[in-house]
Amino acid sequence: MGRTIARKIFDTHRVDTPAEGIEVIRLDGVFCHEITTPIAIHDLVARDKDRVFDPKRIKAVIDHVSPAKDGKTATQGKVLRDWARRHGIQDFFDIGRNGVCHALFPEQGFVRPGDTIIMGDSHTCTLGAFGAFAAGVGTTDLEVGILKGVCAFRAPETIRIDITGAMPEGVFAKDVILSIIGRIGVNGATDRVIEFSGPVVEAMSMEGRMTLCNMAIEAGGTCGICRPDRVTVDYLWPFIREQYPDRAAALEAFQKWWPDPDAVYAGTLVHDICGLEPLATFGFKPDQVKPVRAMGDVAVDQVYIGSCTNGRIEDLRAAAAVLRGRTIHPSVRAILSPATPKVYADAMAEGLVATFMEAGFCVTNPTCGACLGMSNGVLAEGEVCASTTNRNFAGRMGKGGMVHLVSPATAAATAVAGHLATAASL
Amino acid sequence: MRSFGGNVLFLDRSDINTDEIIPARYLTEMTKAALKPFLMEDLELEEFRADRDLAGVGAIVTRANFGCGSSREHAPWALEVNGIYLVIAESFARIFRQNMFNCGLMAVTLAPETIARLFERFAGRPTRVGVDWNAMVFHFTADGISEQVPFALAPFDRALVEAGGWVDYADRRY
Repeated sequence: MGRTIARKIFDTHRVDTPAEGIEVIRLDGVFCHEITTPIAIHDLVARDKDRVFDPKRIKAVIDHVSPAKDGKTATQGKVLRDWARRHGIQDFFDIGRNGVCHALFPEQGFVRPGDTIIMGDSHTCTLGAFGAFAAGVGTTDLEVGILKGVCAFRAPETIRIDITGAMPEGVFAKDVILSIIGRIGVNGATDRVIEFSGPVVEAMSMEGRMTLCNMAIEAGGTCGICRPDRVTVDYLWPFIREQYPDRAAALEAFQKWWPDPDAVYAGTLVHDICGLEPLATFGFKPDQVKPVRAMGDVAVDQVYIGSCTNGRIEDLRAAAAVLRGRTIHPSVRAILSPATPKVYADAMAEGLVATFMEAGFCVTNPTCGACLGMSNGVLAEGEVCASTTNRNFAGRMGKGGMVHLVSPATAAATAVAGHLATAASL
Repeated sequence: MRSFGGNVLFLDRSDINTDEIIPARYLTEMTKAALKPFLMEDLELEEFRADRDLAGVGAIVTRANFGCGSSREHAPWALEVNGIYLVIAESFARIFRQNMFNCGLMAVTLAPETIARLFERFAGRPTRVGVDWNAMVFHFTADGISEQVPFALAPFDRALVEAGGWVDYADRRY
């Protein structure tokens, strides 16, 4: 019987089947940030089990509130920092080197095809873009991961979504994933892995694929996953060049993770994007999606560009292309948070930061803060934000605030127009 | 193992997310107990008032996809420190459901028509649920009416509840 990507990964990592339908797998990576890890650390200390299974396989970053905004967040950072030091965790990223985890860790080459990764963060599904099985977990799963290097999952059933057609002008990976979530719903992939395939995915950069996989969780998916191909090899080449004689050899090695032609899926879907327009969410669920054109006159108070969904260099390029020679509307405040120091540096080198600043954007250091209303751009009651993030839940960016999820190009156009707008409409 | 059951809170909405159960602004707390006053502060549900409706509650009955969104285990913890050890729903988001059992709490799925009937018969009345762990039956009672509802738990979920959670289970086994 043919196997999916996730099935192949589970088969090579399974260490136990404690009950029917439950598989305990060995972990290649346990990734940590300062919001969900400290309570796990405290619990391990309280249990007299303050150990880590392998300091090389643990990566840690302070990213959610950086710089610390108060005593509590400073303490969270300190707990993580002290723990990383005492266990010799070399890949620990503190302020100055830190970035949004799901942008930073792949950029560092920590995610490889066939890997198994958990993190105490639901958007860990982003990392499946590399052909890895990567899943968000709670603090208890994280704690056991840190201690034992294993995690239990239900046997991974997979839905395959073939994305066909060609990307229309002005449409981006964000619009594609919003259209998919709008179609299958916030519960459409619960407890399932989503394998994204088809010509549109093949033509996408790793950045685009990460945007796609990032929002698999918004349909309930355990992980979004793409087959690792030449694009994956090219992205990873600086990190893997010692392992393979050439790129063709790396590609051949990666292909063992491809799904078999007769792989068994829990469902398949063809999603054609011909005629797709820039989209925005309305309401408080990410499956409430319609064309920006059909949103009516929605004035915004804030525009936010950043996050693990859309804070990468391609996102900044797309937004800057819209902003060049323009200024933001006087009633809007606009914030750019490049997702990592490298993205920030590249954006400076390419002149993008200047474009954002000349347009009237505030450019901040890399952090997750605004996306979940913790810091760096929190909304006041009754305020409206067009945001390149991933969740429009009630209160997400601040109590009583309203969030419209959009692509970076649409966010930039909205900043200029003062209301939800596409770049084409400017 | 804990004792499950108590007064029932009916939440008549699907897709209640973990930001609603415990907003991110409280994720800077580093003890479970500190989360207690903030449970469901942002819940989008007409006529629901956290300060009035959560007092003395021991169990929740709700619709589909409860606990979607963020992976924060603060959501089950916020329930736990408020004495709510049992959530009964049509379905759950994967991470939330796993977090509940990992903490030794119960997230039990019942058929949509069973949930609909419980809402019809009991919602709006002071209702209690008792849990017969061995017979695997819920006993719902309200002034003059009662109903027994059998439930199922996967063996692994049951083992986690009996072990008091995943850390103890995994520590013995791996």
